[in-house]
Amino acid sequence: MTFRSVILAASSVLAMSAGLATAKDSATFAMQLEPPHLDPTSAAAQAIDSVVYLNIFEGLTRFMGDGSIAPGLAESWEISDDGTVYTFQLHDGVTFHDGSSMDAEDVKFSLDRARAEDSTNAQKALFAGIESVEVIDPLTVKITLANPNGNFLFNLAWGDAVVVAPESIEDIKTNPIGTGAYTFSEWVQGDRIVLERNPDYWGEQPALAKATFKMISDPTAAFAAMMAEDVDAIANFPAPENLPQFEADPRFQVLYGSSEGETILSTNNKQPPFDDVRVRQAVAHAINREAIIDGAMFGLGTPIGTHFAPHHPAYVDLTGNSAHDPDKAKALLAEAGLPDGFETTLHLPPPSYARRGGEIVAAQLAEVGIKAEIINVEWAQWLETVFRGKNFGLTIVSHTEPMDIGIYARPEYYFQYDNPDFQSLIETLNVTTDPEKRTELLQKAQTIISEDYVNGFLFQLAWPTVANAKLQGLWVNAPTAATDLSAISWTD
Amino acid sequence: MLRYSLKRLFSLMISLAVASLVIFSVVEIAPGDPASYMLGVNAQPDTVAALRAELGLDVSRPERYLSWVAGMLQGDFGTSYTYRTPVAEMVKDRLWVSLPLALYALTLSTLIAFPAGIFAASRRGKTGDVVVMGSTQLGIAIPNFWFAMILVLIFAINLRWFSAGGFVGWENGIWAGLHSLTLPAIALALPQASILARVMRSSLLDILGEDFMRTARAKGLTRKQALWRHGLRNALIPVLTIIGLQFSFLLAGSIIIEQVFYLPGLGRLVFQAISARDLIVVESVVMLLVFAVIVVNFVVDLAYAVVDPRLRTRT
Repeated sequence: MTFRSVILAASSVLAMSAGLATAKDSATFAMQLEPPHLDPTSAAAQAIDSVVYLNIFEGLTRFMGDGSIAPGLAESWEISDDGTVYTFQLHDGVTFHDGSSMDAEDVKFSLDRARAEDSTNAQKALFAGIESVEVIDPLTVKITLANPNGNFLFNLAWGDAVVVAPESIEDIKTNPIGTGAYTFSEWVQGDRIVLERNPDYWGEQPALAKATFKMISDPTAAFAAMMAEDVDAIANFPAPENLPQFEADPRFQVLYGSSEGETILSTNNKQPPFDDVRVRQAVAHAINREAIIDGAMFGLGTPIGTHFAPHHPAYVDLTGNSAHDPDKAKALLAEAGLPDGFETTLHLPPPSYARRGGEIVAAQLAEVGIKAEIINVEWAQWLETVFRGKNFGLTIVSHTEPMDIGIYARPEYYFQYDNPDFQSLIETLNVTTDPEKRTELLQKAQTIISEDYVNGFLFQLAWPTVANAKLQGLWVNAPTAATDLSAISWTD
Repeated sequence: MLRYSLKRLFSLMISLAVASLVIFSVVEIAPGDPASYMLGVNAQPDTVAALRAELGLDVSRPERYLSWVAGMLQGDFGTSYTYRTPVAEMVKDRLWVSLPLALYALTLSTLIAFPAGIFAASRRGKTGDVVVMGSTQLGIAIPNFWFAMILVLIFAINLRWFSAGGFVGWENGIWAGLHSLTLPAIALALPQASILARVMRSSLLDILGEDFMRTARAKGLTRKQALWRHGLRNALIPVLTIIGLQFSFLLAGSIIIEQVFYLPGLGRLVFQAISARDLIVVESVVMLLVFAVIVVNFVVDLAYAVVDPRLRTRT
C-alpha cells in the first residue's frame, strides 16, 4: 500500500509539474510494424517511411496530405519544351543534420546511387528514365531524361528518392542523417524510435519538440494503449471493430481517410481456366463487394471497379461492370464450358482484409460453383509462391503504391495480364505531360482492365486514424506512407 | 566422477552439433527470401540480386552453414539481415527484458504456489483444499493472454495504476522497470503458480504416506509439525524440477504476453525475425536457447550425480 501510494504521489506530482511548466510539445505515435532499418532508399517497408519521410529525409519534391506534389528541397524548377530536361533550383542554406551543407552534388549523388547498377533501391523503376544528372552550380541541378515523363515530379517525391548525405551512407541504416525538421535521437529495437526537433532546420520550426514512435503490433494491445492514453495517435488503426468505441469517447477523435491501397482479388491470368475472360467475368459477378466490406472491414472501404483510387480526380466509377449477379456468373461459366464450376486455390496473406475477406470471397464463389481452397500464407511465403513463383489461382492483396495502374502493362507481373493495347497505352501515358490528355488516357486504361476483368476489383482500403482529441494537424488520407510531424500540434 | 562428467560433456557437444544442423536445415527449407521480403513487390530482379549479394546470401547453403558454425565457435552470431545489427547485441538487449520478466514471474509464481500447495495439502479433502484446487484448475484453464487483457482493462485503462504495456527501460531506475513488468509478470505467473501449487500439494501428500512420516507422527509430532519438519523438505525435489522447467519456458515462451504488452523481449524478436525471414537471427537465437537448455540439463545431470552416487557408474 505504502509503495503504491508513493508511486501514485510521485507520478501525480510529475504530471502536475509537467502540466504547469509548459504546454505539451511531445507526442507518441503507435506503429504496427517496426521498420527493419531507417534507410528509405533501400527497402520497401512502409514503416521506414512512416518514421523518416519528411521528418528526417526530404527529396526535391514532396507529397502533401491531399496527395498533391509540392516543392521540397527544390525551390523551383524549369522543364524544357520537349519535356526531357528538368532544371531544379535548390533552397539556399539547407544543411544536413551532421552540419554539412546540402548542395547540388548531394542531389546528384543520391539520384546516381539510386539508379546505379548495384543499387538496392526497392523502387529503382522510378529512376529508370534518367539519362544523366549534372551539377550546374551548387544550387542548380540539371536532370536529363531519355523520354518525356509526365510522372517525373511525382516520382521524385517518393521516400525512395530522398536526398542523402554521401558521408552518412555507411551508417544510414542505424543512424539516418537527412535535411528534415527532425533529427534521429534514439532507437530501442522492438520498442520505440525517438525523433527530436532540428533547431537548424531551413524551413519553419515545427510545434512538436519530440516525437516517439512506439511499436505495438497486436491490435488489442493497440486498443488498450490508446484507451489508457499511453499513445497519442495510431494511424491505420488495425481493429476497425473498435472504432465506434473511440468515436463515442470525447477524449478521442477518429479520422476516416483513404489509402492508396487497391484491394483486389488477384487472378492468375495465364492459369486455366482464368485465361478465359468469361471465367474472370464470372468471378467478378459472383462477388458481392458490399458484403465483403461490411463483413471483413466493418463497413470501412470504398468499392472499386478498376485498379484506381476513387479519391483521384481521374477516377472512373466502373463498379457497374462487375455488379453482384450470381445467375449471370453461372451462365458465363456454362458458356465457358464449366457448367459445374471448377476448383482453384485462394492464397491469403496475413492482413485482416485478406484473411477475413478471403473467407467471404470463398463462400461467394462457392455459390456459383467455384470451389476455392483457402491457403493462409505469411508475407515471405506469399512473395515466394505467389509473387515470384506465380503458382496460384487467386489471392487477395492490397496494392498500396500510389498510381500503380502501370503494373498491368507488365506481362511478367504476377497476375500475368498480357495485353499489347494496354501496354502501348501506358507507354503513351508515360511520355504525355499534358494534364488533360493524361486524364483521358488514365480513364481509358481503367476501362480496359475493368472490361477485361483482369482481377476481381474489391475495394479501396480505408485509412482510419485514432488520435487524442486535442492533437491537430494529422494527415487524414495516406497518399504515401508518412507521419508528417511538421503540422502536428496540441490545442490549448 | 571425471569419467562421468566427460561422457556427459561429450554428449552435450553431440547434441549441440545435431541441433545446429537441424535448426539450420529447418529454417533454410521454409519458403521465403529475406531480400525479396525487404524489397517488396516493385523491386526489379537485379535489385534483389544486388541485395542478396550484399547480405552474403548468394553463396551455397553448406558454405553458409559452415561459416555460421565457425562464427559461433568464435562467439560471433552473425549480423541481422534486416536490422543490420550484430545478433549478439540484439539478444543482449532483449535478454535485459526477458530475463528479469521470467525471474519476476517465477518469483511471483513461487510465492503464490508454496503457501497455496502447503495449505491445500494440510487440509486434504476439506473445504480449504477444494477451494484452492478449484482455483488452480481455473488458473490453468484461463488462457494467459486473455487474463492479460483483463489485467490491462482493470489496472491500466480503468484504474490507471500501470501503463497498458511497453517497457520503460532500466535506465529509469529499478522500480520503474519492475513497475512496467508487473502486469505481464502476473499474467505469466498465474498458470505457472496453479501448476506449481498442484505439484506442491500432490508431492506433499505422497510424502505424508511415507514410512518416515509415520515414524514422525509415532514419536509424538502433530500432523502439522510432521509436515513442516519432515515433509516439506522431501517434497521439494519434484517442485524444484518443475520450477527449472518453468524457467526455461518463461524465458523462451512468453512471446504471446510480450505481444499483448508490446515488450521488446526475446520472443518478439524471434517472431519478427521469422516473418521477415531474417534467417540468421532465427537460427542464432534458437541455437542460443538450445545451448541454454542443454547446459542447464548438463548441470542438472551433474547435480544428480552429486546427490545420488549410484548414477556415476551407471551411465
